[in-house]
Amino acid sequence: MPGVLTAVFEPGFFSSPQVHIAVVVGGVVAVVSAVVGVFTVIRGQSFAGHALGDVSAAGGSGALLIGLSPVAGFVGLGIAGAGTMDLIGVQRLRGRDLATGVVLGAAIGLTALFLYLGSTTGAAAGATQQILFGSIFVVTPGTVPVVAVLGTIALATIAAVSRPLLLSTVSPDLAVARGIPVRLVGLLYMLALAVAVGLSSLAIGAILATALLIGPPAAALRLTSTMARALAVACLIGVLATWLGVLLAYDSFYWGSSHLALPVSFFVVALVFTTYLASGLPAARRARAVRG
Amino acid sequence: MFTSFMLNAWLVATVVAPVAGVVGYFVVLRGSAFPAHAIPKGAFAGAAGASLLGISTLLGLAVFALLGALGIGALGRRGRQDVVTALALVMMLALGAAFLSRTTQYEPEVYALLFGEVLGVSTTAILPVAGLGLACVAAIAALYRPLLLSAVVPEVAEARGVRNHRIEIWFLLVVALATAMTLPVVGALLIFSLMIGPPAAARSVTSRPGTALAASAGLALVTVWAALAASYASNWPVGFFVGVLAALLYGAGRAWAGWRRIRPA
Repeated sequence: MPGVLTAVFEPGFFSSPQVHIAVVVGGVVAVVSAVVGVFTVIRGQSFAGHALGDVSAAGGSGALLIGLSPVAGFVGLGIAGAGTMDLIGVQRLRGRDLATGVVLGAAIGLTALFLYLGSTTGAAAGATQQILFGSIFVVTPGTVPVVAVLGTIALATIAAVSRPLLLSTVSPDLAVARGIPVRLVGLLYMLALAVAVGLSSLAIGAILATALLIGPPAAALRLTSTMARALAVACLIGVLATWLGVLLAYDSFYWGSSHLALPVSFFVVALVFTTYLASGLPAARRARAVRG
Repeated sequence: MFTSFMLNAWLVATVVAPVAGVVGYFVVLRGSAFPAHAIPKGAFAGAAGASLLGISTLLGLAVFALLGALGIGALGRRGRQDVVTALALVMMLALGAAFLSRTTQYEPEVYALLFGEVLGVSTTAILPVAGLGLACVAAIAALYRPLLLSAVVPEVAEARGVRNHRIEIWFLLVVALATAMTLPVVGALLIFSLMIGPPAAARSVTSRPGTALAASAGLALVTVWAALAASYASNWPVGFFVGVLAALLYGAGRAWAGWRRIRPA
């Protein structure tokens, strides 16, 4: 087996096509999630961000059942879910929470049905685990262009509305006074969120989708004080955690004698979680210094 | 429909539903929908870990549910609660994925833990479920006033000496308890639907806490009964009907509240 034999990179890491795809797809998804996620965290919509992952997974299991392309299922139901949340969600934070919960509950019910029907018709062997956990190593080469196009759409939408979106998040009253269509901007943001989350649930699984959407931006927002820096740091944390996670998961095959690789999602989430915890340290130290 | 294996399902559903309705009322009132989703879903990973170690699934569930609740509560002091909840959830799920990768366990078990297995409940499982349910209701009764006060007017609660943060942690622990009790029966994901739909509908019908609590428990019971009957008739999973009925209830509640607003007095 050709490959670079070092202590860090186990044999075949650089020549494995799965690794190549995982690195490219993981990188793209991490950047898209980080950019959309910064707004998600500022707006306090982590729940919607997570719920849309489950909603689009319901779409994925439904598409599998009727023979549609999973991409259409994931992104289609995600967008429908985001629209419904926006439609029934009141502007107040608590009402929004409830609207998210109701849509999520219905989507979970649908997933239960689709998976059941899938298991009785035999179309979806292994689907439960696949849909819930996903695996970056099973991404097919055909998915790469789809991920790139959808990622670009989500980023372009966010870029187009970023200024009014930020203003209507930080100070809704001021935004209204300036004539910004707050409701429309909010809806566009929800749609971009749905596309971003749907695409990352499809590519890397629902767990990682939430982890990359919330973790790096939350850490970046605790470490920086301007929007531009927060965006840059979030992208950096997301991409590094993803690549390091892919490397560790690949290497884990060679740890011990069992030859059971640990999942990529485990490593990426552990890295993201640790980074978030560590990002609280500087602020805590400052607080202690002030108290004396 | 009431044959012996169905009888246990009816019994256990009748025990579980009112508890979910009561705990759910406070979930809706306090805006804790995200933790109420995250704790059961994350606790599912504990069951996977328990099956890996060969210990009782219920123990694994309970430990993870409690750890999740305490983690969200503790981290929530410093960070924003929704962020912390999301990260605690993915951390627990990632551990679950790691546990599952170590075993040759399959799919049917995973499906059952997530979506429930109400039709497979054994007679011996009913007593512990009932015991934990009673504990949940007792805890809610003991915390009733501070829970209500800190949810509706947190400033007043603080002024009266209620520690809002501490109450939040206690409440999350009650949610964890309700989770451990109901998860093996109705599944990690459906308990959440039961905690959201019926209480939300009850709240839009009445604003009195006592009446709303009773209505919420009653509606949860009706939801589960209807779902069981529909599932028996159609052979489709109970979870599907619970999820859809809960969402319909919420919609009906919203419609009712809207109609009352526009109706001339």
